[in-house]
Amino acid sequence: MEKIFAHPEALYDVSTHYCPGCGHGIAHRLVAEVVDELGIREKTIGIAPVGCAVVAYDYWKFDCSEAAHGRALAVATAIKRVRPQNIVFTYQGDGDLAAIGTNETIHAANRGENLTVVFINNAVYGMTGGQMAPTTLLGQKTSTTVNGRTKEKHGYPLKISEMLALLPGVCYVERVSFHNPQGVCKAKQAIKQAFKNQMDNSGFSLVEVLSPCPTYWGLSPKESLDWIRDVMQKEFPLGRIK
Amino acid sequence: MLRKRILISGNEAIAEGAIQAGCNFYAGYPITPQNELIAYMAKYMPASGGVFIQAESELAAINMVYGASAAGARAMTSSSSPGVSLKQEGISYISGSQLPAVIVNIMRGGPGLGNIAPAQSDYFQATRGGGHGDYRLIVLAPAGVQEAYDLTQTGFRLADKYRIAVMILGDGILGQMMEPVKLSTQKITASPLRPWALTGCKDRKPNIVKSFFLREGDLEKFNLKLQKNYQIIKKNEARYEGLLLDDAKIILVAYGTMARIAKSALNQLRLAGKKVGLIRPISLWPFPEKAFQPRNKKVKYLAVEMSYGQMLEDVKLAVNGSAQVDFLGRSGGGIPSEEEIINRVNKLI
Repeated sequence: MEKIFAHPEALYDVSTHYCPGCGHGIAHRLVAEVVDELGIREKTIGIAPVGCAVVAYDYWKFDCSEAAHGRALAVATAIKRVRPQNIVFTYQGDGDLAAIGTNETIHAANRGENLTVVFINNAVYGMTGGQMAPTTLLGQKTSTTVNGRTKEKHGYPLKISEMLALLPGVCYVERVSFHNPQGVCKAKQAIKQAFKNQMDNSGFSLVEVLSPCPTYWGLSPKESLDWIRDVMQKEFPLGRIK
Repeated sequence: MLRKRILISGNEAIAEGAIQAGCNFYAGYPITPQNELIAYMAKYMPASGGVFIQAESELAAINMVYGASAAGARAMTSSSSPGVSLKQEGISYISGSQLPAVIVNIMRGGPGLGNIAPAQSDYFQATRGGGHGDYRLIVLAPAGVQEAYDLTQTGFRLADKYRIAVMILGDGILGQMMEPVKLSTQKITASPLRPWALTGCKDRKPNIVKSFFLREGDLEKFNLKLQKNYQIIKKNEARYEGLLLDDAKIILVAYGTMARIAKSALNQLRLAGKKVGLIRPISLWPFPEKAFQPRNKKVKYLAVEMSYGQMLEDVKLAVNGSAQVDFLGRSGGGIPSEEEIINRVNKLI
């Protein structure tokens, strides 16, 4: 009988520490499936962020490095320059990539570093207890925007993917979403494209994933997926940006 | 065979010493007075097969060094005081991940933006770790251009040997002044094997480079491992130069450029028949405590610094109450002169 489904080799067979309904487990699995399908596990080097996914290397079965909060793309730049034969990617949240690490993000993209970025946008800081993120929506309540984010006090949700798409060194930007199974399948295709681009030496590729955080959205897992579809996607439209 | 001699600045000598030591990755950000170093690396690093990156900030530069070292390169960055403050985050992570690296600080006046005059006021930052957490750097303080060239090579060797970050601590005078340097005739050292490096997990288990130990007890265990390494370094790697110590009644203590000026003062004082000696710490951490072994009770120490008394604390700890320790220091661009040292010694004698 032909085997058509198996646990990815690039993913350890262990339970994750993530909350029920969290998107990180799905995103980790998609990365692992893509790495397996492209046959690059033995030359992949992942950069884990500071945030809920800091121990991503407990789940991925390939070489990994940590990076200080926001500095993943500086670390990745150096690893890729030193070892161009390896496949190097960063896995970063919204606070990491678009707040404390904005400088590293923009300049790695602008240098056109041949890297892949998986950007998890859940509109909130998860690990530290649900504070406002750069991508928090207007009106969204967090522990630091107790009456909801307002443009007057907190500014607007930052569309970093659209900003990065303006840079000539960036070859591919797509926004995907985990709101339903079809969305997850599309997300996998986008992540695969972003890795393929690196294998073809095409430059900087980024996939933004709208990902649920039921715990700090104060919603059930199902309600969280609907909120992505009905609210979050209005601010962060899906599709190929570049 | 005669070794080739060239006339170069301290900044260039450090860069050339690094390349000679097999440094194959450099990332930096411009800041005075170390700009000759980054320029030298931009020119010569690619030619020697290495990677040069002008980073977008000091934060990015030191984190690039983190990545390069994690990937197995011999990595270096350089800066001057305000830039080195910015690098402290990355230095702490490098220390917590046990990555070998060389960091150069060509000190200028502080605090804040300070000025671009030479200074030694980053001694505390360099020798006490500098960033967050219980860690140390090996700190080497050259007093001339030849020594800057030589100690940079030593620095790379020690970084690899102990999996530690090494700081080359100079000041603006050392960085800018030109002196003849005898180039090493040794072949460029090959990078040592780094079984922990990130190279892709072909035919082995995945490697992880990290400084995060969340499980109860793990971080304490790791920190004790670091401390054990530091104890070995303390025992083996303290370096100093002692001059005319046997009959000395006053012993000057100074490092780097300050030691050059102290040496001139010493020569003048000896010509005048004054029994003066000099201890020049070459490694600031580990501090050469042995040089301060109990001497005749009448011996007095005079610490001279381009700061308001930072190395002074290590001198006092080393002397441990066994002798009088006096201090002469200026900062913010002020440099204790030969004359000021002579006057102070004459008062002490």
